[in-house]
Amino acid sequence: MIFDLFKTFFKIGAFTFGGGYAMLPIIQKELVDNKKIISNIEFMNAIALAQASPGPVAVNTSIYVGYRICGLKGALACLLGAILPSFLIILIIAMFFFQYRSNPLIEKIFMGIRPAVVALILSAVYSMWKNSRKTYIKLFASIVTLLMIVFLNVSPVIIVIAGALISVVYHRVLHEDMENEH
Amino acid sequence: MNALFQLFISFFKIGAFSFGGGYAMLPLIEEEVIHTHKWITSAEYIDILAIAEMTPGPIAINSATFLGYRVYGVLGSMVATLGVILPSFIVMSIIFISMYRFKNSPYVDWVFKGIRPVVIGLIGAAAVSVGRTSLVDLKGILIAITLFYFVTFKKLNPILAIVISGVVGIILY
Repeated sequence: MIFDLFKTFFKIGAFTFGGGYAMLPIIQKELVDNKKIISNIEFMNAIALAQASPGPVAVNTSIYVGYRICGLKGALACLLGAILPSFLIILIIAMFFFQYRSNPLIEKIFMGIRPAVVALILSAVYSMWKNSRKTYIKLFASIVTLLMIVFLNVSPVIIVIAGALISVVYHRVLHEDMENEH
Repeated sequence: MNALFQLFISFFKIGAFSFGGGYAMLPLIEEEVIHTHKWITSAEYIDILAIAEMTPGPIAINSATFLGYRVYGVLGSMVATLGVILPSFIVMSIIFISMYRFKNSPYVDWVFKGIRPVVIGLIGAAAVSVGRTSLVDLKGILIAITLFYFVTFKKLNPILAIVISGVVGIILY
């Protein structure tokens, strides 16, 4: 199981170009859809915590998912698997290939890969939304979040904390109302 | 030894104080490695970013490994990478352990109920910001739409999608 987790995250780490966000759809596909080790809701919880914590989102997500599946050993296996491919590849480039950085063939490959990364991220958003219990208020919260980040440059940390606080206050008030009725 | 320690501290700081991941980390990395320690020049930094973008993995890890190697060889790359992930590991461990302890509290449930819709918005925003720099022409937009369709509705494996898009890039550009 531990080695399996390491292998899965090694594969995820080896194929996610364009920064950490590109890792999320692949983690989702492997662990939620294919292996069904964690649920969609748990996966979204992991991303939420990863977003609100310091450090790369993909690294945080892999640590949390590892803990969730197999405790401390799982967390270490997932973390190591996720970062080892990029560590090895960068080390090899730094040692031997830094001078080939503007090769035209590589540039062409990346002209193709960059749009693919956008498609993958959008696909993750779509399936998260499809698999959650949809309400207008949630849709509204998602859209407001997107607009605040894209147009107002609000820090994701603040929005995550605000979302949590609003939800706690909302449920707390609702809860007390229900108790008063009894 | 002193340089190694400096590397570790710098990247620990980068890991500990950059929220939101990815591109949100860049200003802090820039501050540490170019302005404070003068390990590299701005031009070299841009090259490293280009390489970080073309290689798999989070940008913070890629920069740490690369910079570490430049400053102190293989040992330096290990120390810098360890420095940048250690805060993540500590914080996520604390979060997981405390969540586990309070897992029956309704507050934990409420917190997550509030955060989940935010996550969808956050990742949507990431798609917009990546799209702004990645979708530069019609060919790129067509690649994105086609792959979105196949990955979402035809269950195309995302890793395979990356490989196919690289080949399509060679053919189209």
